[in-house]
Amino acid sequence: MTTTVATPETDATKGPKGKRTPPQLTERARHENNLGRRLVAPAVVVMLVVTAFPILRALWLSFYSYSLTAPEEREFIGISNYVTALTDQLFWRDIGITVLYMVVTVAFELVIGFAFALVMHRVIFARGLIRTSILIPYGIITVVSGFAWQFAFTYQNGFVNGWLPFIDADFNWFGDTVPAVIAIMVSEIWKTTPFMSLLLLAGLAQVSEDMVEAAKVDGATWWQRMWKVVIPNMRAAIMVAVLFRALDAYRIFDNIFVMTAGAQGTESISFLTYRQSIEQFQLGMGSALAVLLFLSVLLVAFLIVKLFRVDLAQARGE
Amino acid sequence: MALASTLAACGSEGKPTLTWYLNPDGQETLAAIAERCSTDDYDIETRLLPTSATDQRVQLARRLAAEDDQTDLMNLDPVFVPEFANAGWLLELPEDTVTDDTLEGIAETVRWDDGIYAAPLWANTQVLWFRRSLAEEAGLDMSQPVTWDQVIEAAASVEGATVGVQANKYEAYVVWINAMIEGAGGQIIENPQEGRDADVTLDTEAAAEAARIIEKLASSEAAQGDLSVSNEGTALAYMYGPDTPGEFMTNWTFVYKNYEPSDANDYTQEQFEDLGWARYPRTVEGEESAPPVGGIDIGVGAFTPYPDFAREAAACITSVENQVELAVTDGLMPATQSGYDAPQLAEAYPPDLLELFRTSVDEGGPRPKSAFYATVSGAIQATWHPPAEVDPQSTPEESEEYLQAVLEGKALL
Repeated sequence: MTTTVATPETDATKGPKGKRTPPQLTERARHENNLGRRLVAPAVVVMLVVTAFPILRALWLSFYSYSLTAPEEREFIGISNYVTALTDQLFWRDIGITVLYMVVTVAFELVIGFAFALVMHRVIFARGLIRTSILIPYGIITVVSGFAWQFAFTYQNGFVNGWLPFIDADFNWFGDTVPAVIAIMVSEIWKTTPFMSLLLLAGLAQVSEDMVEAAKVDGATWWQRMWKVVIPNMRAAIMVAVLFRALDAYRIFDNIFVMTAGAQGTESISFLTYRQSIEQFQLGMGSALAVLLFLSVLLVAFLIVKLFRVDLAQARGE
Repeated sequence: MALASTLAACGSEGKPTLTWYLNPDGQETLAAIAERCSTDDYDIETRLLPTSATDQRVQLARRLAAEDDQTDLMNLDPVFVPEFANAGWLLELPEDTVTDDTLEGIAETVRWDDGIYAAPLWANTQVLWFRRSLAEEAGLDMSQPVTWDQVIEAAASVEGATVGVQANKYEAYVVWINAMIEGAGGQIIENPQEGRDADVTLDTEAAAEAARIIEKLASSEAAQGDLSVSNEGTALAYMYGPDTPGEFMTNWTFVYKNYEPSDANDYTQEQFEDLGWARYPRTVEGEESAPPVGGIDIGVGAFTPYPDFAREAAACITSVENQVELAVTDGLMPATQSGYDAPQLAEAYPPDLLELFRTSVDEGGPRPKSAFYATVSGAIQATWHPPAEVDPQSTPEESEEYLQAVLEGKALL
């Protein structure tokens, strides 16, 4: 059945396709490629409908003043929503705090995650148990870990104040911006460090043992082997880990929602977008912010790729 | 499609089921009411909404914005009735839903655009709760009306004593601010029915007075450690906490039942007898206070396939008998005069407390009745929180400018 469907289509597209097809590709391979394309076509169409449609609709809505609770007052206002957002202090403050969340949490996660990756890589005894233990926080739903850390930091029934000797027993972590941001970051770091270590573990496994052995024979110390051999050879894996986590951290939402609900200046750009669209029902402004969030995520990704000077094809080993 | 959803709303015997969304107060009593109000024609099924008023609004609004035909009945915080009615999400109810028997403070909350859009179920208000022994020690005469200044100073004069309020960044903080502004003869918005074009009146003497009191409490010894995240629940713990002389606390009517010794708590009869109450503190000496008015109104969803059944069910749910039961069992006070006159209430509450509740609702100061109330509330929260940073010189002016800009779509909220 597949053959009868595939044949006429292949014949019709043979000419233009032939030019781009490498010479070693047999007719059979070309047929298979065409069949493959047609098999994935429905999925591509579905993907376009479920992703492109909402994106384009958000773009369209962002040019309107549109409140869900006053639908008859809907009005086309051009780029006014963007102008309002980009000239508003709140937008830039939230961008600033979001970048702070991203930089600090990713930095801590990279260091701690690397240590965990080394442990998971080198451990000899109880390997399964240790690896599983390290990964447990990642298996916990962010909202649950957010609540757990919120309780831990609450001075009435939490343990954090009791464990930290330099903190008063009745210190309110959620009473001011700096401590509240620290509490949110701790929860975020605790939750996602295992993910970072898992990605780094994959990178560690790719580093050739021969090179490490050779360095050892040449008299390199442990630090030298790490800095000169292991880390340079897993740069692509580090970049993927940092990229994934940075983009994730930039969109931080759950922990803020659970722990402070955005109070005390802890609101991120995702939270601001959520409040405009879902709490205030300002679909126009919410969409404009969503578009700006999307663009800023692209910018962050671009900067990280440039910073590490590694292309993703290399990370895939191509 | 319509047929499918209609079938889905039908019970196993083909009898329609009305879905009633509840806020978490008095759930068991409300479930029993739902059962009693089910008839041969329809059943009423209850579903729970989130705890905070803001989350309740978001969940209901999302359903109604999507024209959900299974949101037949809903418990609504009174401040959200204008917004929902304006959006066309509520069905109009008959004129006789509100009668002369309904307490004026809560009756006003269900009117919008010359129509009645919800039925009052219970009317809540705040009073000043305190420990009699603390007031005595501080030398504060509670038989006379007291001001916020007196309450804060009295608590600060006794080691370990505090003043409990709701000052987290949420709706109840606006309740406090609004009550103090109205207590000084002011109001947040002059003509709230104008929606986005309303005149914001926050840069006033009254608002400055409210800001001064917040600043005074926040910088006082009497402030609770968790002031900036305090809510109705956190403030409760300070009344009979270990090694504490107690607190003065403004809070809703449920407090009385909360401290009444029962199997569900550890409070002693002695502690309970030490509990005192007085009218909401005055903002300005010599000027009557404006206690907050809250409660729950029952709305009928605009997209229900059974509007007549839902209206009938709303009338049954809000009957005086049910209001009395909620008051006796859960401390959720009636919305009607006849509810207050019921003999069961006289048995469950001291007469002076009942009278205090009733007059507080009747003479209370409601929050602005605006279709953009959520925006108004959010802008106030953004500029007045945290309480420690409130400055009577600048906060009222800043909040007026900000709220005006947000309403006009010129600033982000």
